[in-house]
Amino acid sequence: MMGGKRKSKKFQWSRKHLIGLSDLSRQEIEFILDTAQGFEKFSTRSIKKAPTLRGKVVVNMFFEDSTRTRNSFTLAASRLSADVIEFSKKASAVSKGETLIDTARNLEAMGVDVVVIRHGAGGAPKLLSRSINACVVNAGDGFHEHPTQALLDVYTIRRERGSLEGLKIGIVGDITHSRVARSDIYAMTKLGAEVTLIGPPTLMPGGVGNLPVKISYNLDEVIEDLDVINMLRIQFERMGGNPFPSVREYSHYFGLTADRMKRAKPDIIVMHPGPINRGLEIESEVADGPNSVILKQVANGLAIRMGVLFLVNQAATQKGKEE
Amino acid sequence: METLLNTKQVNEAIREIVKQIKSDIPAHTDIAIIGIRSRGEILAQRLNTTLKGHFSGRLLSGTLDITLYRDDLNEPKETQLAVRSTEIDFDITDKLILLVDDVLHTGRSVRAAMDALTDFGRPRLMRLAVLVDRGHHEYPICADYVGIKTEVDQSRSVHVHFTETDKEDRVTIE
Repeated sequence: MMGGKRKSKKFQWSRKHLIGLSDLSRQEIEFILDTAQGFEKFSTRSIKKAPTLRGKVVVNMFFEDSTRTRNSFTLAASRLSADVIEFSKKASAVSKGETLIDTARNLEAMGVDVVVIRHGAGGAPKLLSRSINACVVNAGDGFHEHPTQALLDVYTIRRERGSLEGLKIGIVGDITHSRVARSDIYAMTKLGAEVTLIGPPTLMPGGVGNLPVKISYNLDEVIEDLDVINMLRIQFERMGGNPFPSVREYSHYFGLTADRMKRAKPDIIVMHPGPINRGLEIESEVADGPNSVILKQVANGLAIRMGVLFLVNQAATQKGKEE
Repeated sequence: METLLNTKQVNEAIREIVKQIKSDIPAHTDIAIIGIRSRGEILAQRLNTTLKGHFSGRLLSGTLDITLYRDDLNEPKETQLAVRSTEIDFDITDKLILLVDDVLHTGRSVRAAMDALTDFGRPRLMRLAVLVDRGHHEYPICADYVGIKTEVDQSRSVHVHFTETDKEDRVTIE
């Protein structure tokens, strides 16, 4: 552990934005995970707060609904003593036609240090990061990326197994509409896992062959080999047309049922990014069962977001003086 | 790089700390030894091993990471800060805390450690043990138990090496 500290001293975290995991190196991803570990025990302390980001302002700009991610970022920022501004599309001037950049610049004029953004359009956080000086953290953009979710996923797996090296991980369901799947693929494969995407062909995105993953259209054929299974939520709100004939049929072929679990490895790790459609992609018995780490994912998400807020702020401090 | 303490002298300095602690703290006291990461943690472990036979009360141990409490978080740094976990799995309220660090220099780390600790509870007493007090304190902080006290020029830095993480027990000036 000590040796690790000396080694990491040579490494310099230099990103003041976290937009996605596609351009992060393995070392950078592991550095975030190591940092997050320092925040894990925060919830058991007498005073669950540190003065680390005192005087900093974090704005949560959520253009899409969210409970977990938004609350997690709010709590993470609060525990580091930052002030948090909650911004929502409905209650803001965006509903009067103000553009994203104008809104952000106005917030920045109030002295915002970090903008946490969720947006329906892929690329919105990247665009924002080019237009303002504050740090930008992507909390999910369109079908592009959801980096903190993937980081908490790999953190949770690493916590359970020590490492992702050589693990066989299945990501099941609606890959097309899933930014979680994309970020997961980058994080998991960079950390040495072998990823298989599983779902009906209608929910596999075009160009999936360019990703370093295997594809399966039959969960029953691959479930026996998996060390980890990540059940994605069917995103009805994003679907046009009918990607599968009926919910019952989807559930029959791709749902994680107690029956199907009997064929999986006894210690398979069951994950879900939430919110769960109980009885659709996963049966309640499995979601609440002994293999499930779904609630641990939520708890670890807090540590990851504290780590990310700490790191982007540190990078901004460093950059501010260099400029 | 010159040697301030060789292996033999490092161990003499540790014995000196132990001697001071034994003469100051009654043997029946419950005590919690908390080392500041990273070299303070190792010194704390050494003190714990040596003091086990002396104290008849409970002897607890913990490790403190002070990164989140540093007073230079808004300053640019030469090296990347690494946040590590704090391991204190007991309630420190009303305990006698022996805070342990390798080197006392500016006193800023100790200030951060005290702030970090008081977020875990309200100790009855807090004492500070260091291997080397090198002078040039910037904050009004002194150690209660000191292995060796010396003046090292402001421009130079003192490095403590322990066999647990380095090649040998040694203190160098660079």
